[in-house]
Amino acid sequence: MSEFIQQAINGLRMGSVYALIALGYTMVYGIIRLINFAHGDFIMVGAYTMIFTIPVMLGFGLPAWTAVAAAVIVASAVGITTEAVAYRPVRKKGTRMSALITAIAMSLFLENLAQVLFTSNPRVIKASIFSLPAVQIGAVKIDGTTLATIAIAAVTMVFLQLFIHKTKMGRAMRAVSEDKQASVLMGINVNRTITLTFAIGSALAAVAALMYCAQYPSVMPTMGSMLGLKAFVAAVLGGIGIMPGAMLGGLTIGLVESLSKAYSASLTGGIITSAFSDAVVFAILIIVLLVKPAGILGKNQGEKV
Amino acid sequence: MKIPNDVKKASTLNLIAIAILLGVVAWMGFNQVFSSYIVGIFWLSCIGIIMATSLNLTNGFLGQMALGHAGFMLIGAYTSALLSLAMVRAGVLAGDGAEQFIRFVICLVASAILAGLFGILVGIPALRLRGDYLAIITLGFGEIIRVVIQGIPWAGADGLEQGSASPVLYKTGLGFNNATKSHYMFFVALLTIACVAVIFTFIRSRFGRAIISIRDDEIASEASGIDTTFYKVMGFAFSAMFAGIAGSIFAACYSSLNTGNMGFMASVNYFVMVVFGGMGSITGSIVAAIGLTTLNEALRSFDEYRMLVYSVVLVLMMIFRPTGLLGTYEFSLARIFGRLRGKGAGNKQEKEVRA
Repeated sequence: MSEFIQQAINGLRMGSVYALIALGYTMVYGIIRLINFAHGDFIMVGAYTMIFTIPVMLGFGLPAWTAVAAAVIVASAVGITTEAVAYRPVRKKGTRMSALITAIAMSLFLENLAQVLFTSNPRVIKASIFSLPAVQIGAVKIDGTTLATIAIAAVTMVFLQLFIHKTKMGRAMRAVSEDKQASVLMGINVNRTITLTFAIGSALAAVAALMYCAQYPSVMPTMGSMLGLKAFVAAVLGGIGIMPGAMLGGLTIGLVESLSKAYSASLTGGIITSAFSDAVVFAILIIVLLVKPAGILGKNQGEKV
Repeated sequence: MKIPNDVKKASTLNLIAIAILLGVVAWMGFNQVFSSYIVGIFWLSCIGIIMATSLNLTNGFLGQMALGHAGFMLIGAYTSALLSLAMVRAGVLAGDGAEQFIRFVICLVASAILAGLFGILVGIPALRLRGDYLAIITLGFGEIIRVVIQGIPWAGADGLEQGSASPVLYKTGLGFNNATKSHYMFFVALLTIACVAVIFTFIRSRFGRAIISIRDDEIASEASGIDTTFYKVMGFAFSAMFAGIAGSIFAACYSSLNTGNMGFMASVNYFVMVVFGGMGSITGSIVAAIGLTTLNEALRSFDEYRMLVYSVVLVLMMIFRPTGLLGTYEFSLARIFGRLRGKGAGNKQEKEVRA
């Protein structure tokens, strides 16, 4: 039993990382109906920023996790630039297919730029990011990193909810994602709202990078692609465009992944081993898309002819 | 049915052109004119052409964005390699020369059938979705295929992949050596032309018109009595079948198979070819496949910069020319001859002959 709880807590830890990334996907999708394939690479941008800023922060005598501030700034800048340089011109004249192709191209661009700049060899963050003591509850031992990860995710999500629901900018974001034309008529600056959405989404990706690197301190150019894909699955699972859905989906994917890695081999008699865990995540995606394409919290919408 | 005279003329013209082309390739192949490097590029170009034109069928003509094409190629490659291995082990058609040729053909057919079946299996659920969701679900299926093949004990990690370190795969009978590859150039060219011709005529047929109408307006074509689900799955499975053929050629071309380099990135690679050439132009796919494959090989030492440049060009293209280089233009020999003889624009029954 205690092993099960341990695995579930591990799942929650990874799930909160997925949830933060999924929030970025879902916010961007909600507002411009685009799967931002480059979102996973914003995590990579954040992680590389931390590689360079952690020694600086340690040099100032600050704890390593403060490097996340620089990561947030750099990732937001990259996010805003991506939107302004690539997505906006395409959105103005292209179709949704060309927007999607642009997103794939931007993902390729960021990955290969990182490969040129930093080579494909993984770099390791040597300092430990959170140096917190472990907590022992009965037979279950929760280490400090896990606690910090889950806590940061929870705090971030609460602040995000407050921002979306209590501030003027948040209201503008909700309005644009509901009806772009109408919000223009209400005097909302749509382009600025979209820019803000990208900035927040990328900032969340940078925070997720901090949480991910605290657990797996190795950084490489392609680290974002699989992480991004799984977080996207989480966003779809919860209902894309719906923010509580992204959190729910993220935690679910984290739990399923962790538990299926731990137990699938013993439950299926060794047929489905942990080597298939990536396939399990995608199988969930396929089942969700077939059974309820709008996601767990989504509502079905008819199509106007 | 009476075939119009100018159509007859055009197809005769095309047949002659194909025959000349094949003759030249066969002569060069059997005399081993080229170095193994050039022969390798030739094989890869042919694989690229089949992959890009078949993907164009789904992306350009059916208008459904599929991102898992390399998964079907993987099915084809592993089917061929395993089947050939089984035949060699059982001593059926295990020899060289003619026996090798027959074995290769059997593998090709098996790969095409299996990949096509998987195309139907994947297509029926996946094609209920549209647009972004379809792109993601095909991506998911592609990854599942890759992970499962990787995980199967007799196929992926512990099976054929050992061939990458030692020439184990040579013993499967595929993974041809350089001399054999040169001899088979003629056959691969023939296969490629046949695939392109079949895809081309398919698009011009009743089925093709139905598929194009689904791209233009799905609801309207459904209202006109077109069974959209049937035609979508049919187009998708057809496209998967050709990817299986390409995979089979891939298995013959390489002495090692690895699921790692046929994942999402490979799918994107073929997707880039289709977009560059123009979604809806077979000619464009062929030109882009030859061009990009050759560039890939020529720029091997600048591999990282190559992808960087591709992605920038892709973004610029989406901003300034979203239809791709050739749009929906198709190359036609008959039209060119017509122009040469001062007859103005040629007829509509053009056919593709470049390979």
